[in-house]
Amino acid sequence: MHVFGDSANLDATVAGFLWILKLTGASAVLALVLGVLLAAMRVSPIPVLRLFGAGWVNIFRNTPLTLIVFFCYFGLYTTLGLTFSDDLARNIYWLGVVGLSTYTAAFVCEAIRSGINTVPTGQAEAARAIGLTFAQTLRIVILPQAGRAVVAPLGSILIALCKNSTIVGTIGLMESASVMKDLINANGDAVVPIFLVFAGVFALLLVPTGYFFGWLANRLAVKR
Amino acid sequence: MSNTVLYDHPGPRARIRNAVLTVVFGIALLALLWWVYRKFDEAGQWAGPLWKPFTESNTWMNFILPGLGQTLLAAATGMVLSLAFGIIFAVGRLSEHRWISVPAGVVVEFFRAVPLLLMIFFIFFGVPFLIQGPVPAFWAVVVGLTLYNGSVLAEAFRAGIRAVPRGQAEAAYAIGMRKSLVMQHILVPQAARSMLPVIVSQLVVLLKDTALGYIVAFPELLQRGVNDLSANFGNVVAAAMVVATIYVILNSLLTMLANWLDRRSQRRGKAPKEAGTPVSAVPPGGDGTAIAI
Repeated sequence: MHVFGDSANLDATVAGFLWILKLTGASAVLALVLGVLLAAMRVSPIPVLRLFGAGWVNIFRNTPLTLIVFFCYFGLYTTLGLTFSDDLARNIYWLGVVGLSTYTAAFVCEAIRSGINTVPTGQAEAARAIGLTFAQTLRIVILPQAGRAVVAPLGSILIALCKNSTIVGTIGLMESASVMKDLINANGDAVVPIFLVFAGVFALLLVPTGYFFGWLANRLAVKR
Repeated sequence: MSNTVLYDHPGPRARIRNAVLTVVFGIALLALLWWVYRKFDEAGQWAGPLWKPFTESNTWMNFILPGLGQTLLAAATGMVLSLAFGIIFAVGRLSEHRWISVPAGVVVEFFRAVPLLLMIFFIFFGVPFLIQGPVPAFWAVVVGLTLYNGSVLAEAFRAGIRAVPRGQAEAAYAIGMRKSLVMQHILVPQAARSMLPVIVSQLVVLLKDTALGYIVAFPELLQRGVNDLSANFGNVVAAAMVVATIYVILNSLLTMLANWLDRRSQRRGKAPKEAGTPVSAVPPGGDGTAIAI
């Protein structure tokens, strides 16, 4: 383990994983908000909004994340001059967050929409019968119940988001995958231990997260 | 069927309100699109010379189509291998012998938790040190895709096999079939059919993930169609839009194929029916495994 005994390497590794956590955190919040809005649009009575939601989902769900992140850098930043911060790494970080949340929101939207399906028809009918409007029905009756049903899918989306955040490395952020690449190239004699450390940290982070969401989903599940 | 369960059939007032909201949101949306259009225009991205390459056969013959070919080749190889990997490890994990089921479970859980990019980097940059020879970018991508998507598919198959009614296996044992025969002829075919939507959406993921090959300079669609093309013509935005369109079309075709297969199998009454009528017209996503990302 001489590789991680070197403090420079250790610092780079820790910094790499911190970027992953920051990317995951910011993108998760943005994608959740955006995804719920998109889902509400897709079931709304207004055709324009339905069209917008459907367009968003079909375009971004079917485009590779690598291409979206690539476009965020070379399209939004280099060509259009969209800048979030003067600090180079910060700027790339926010561009990455834009790409990740754009992409992930499409999946969150579909998960929530499938959750809306699990709510029995009678719930919506009763809500209408007591005179709730569409927005009230959705906010007070449907979404809280749908939310409980989609804990497990949202958990898998969060886990996927965490893994996908390594792709921001392709536009120059020194996140964990890029750090690992550099360490491997510099230490050809310790390739397997390096990989096992990086993969192990991801497994340690994500396998318990998976079990946690499984437990939470069971706990929150509505018995029908 | 429409999702009118969520709101009343519009009366005269609601119709007016909806019409007003349609116009308001329509204008807002058009304004947004116009703003995006202006931004690109200010940066000169709609200029003819940037888009002209896409009308020339040279661009398609030398950049986009060869890239598309490599993408499809990697995706097809990855799909076949990961389906095989998935079936083998699903069956392995369901084995009654602990010395098979435990390692199979560890392998599946491990590769599901490791980011694909990390795996591709390890195979492309790390394995050459171990085998004292280069690893072709193609195989780095395909092996990475196989290990990751194969593990996800293994979980899908396992869920599918466990969802087959117990009577199916019991009947097969009763007529004297062996364990392997029951698996091959009774359980796996039914599991594959019921998990078809999950399997196909994972294959869409696999197809999209071939774009990671760009990072190890594998000449696939993103590398050839966007990176190399824009290096020649300086039209990154235009190239990215064209290539994104190609990806969207490809994946939509795959999804349409999945929906068609799904409808076909439901017509024959093989897939289990959902209880009750759903609130909206979307087909139910099922459990968490249905969300492939």
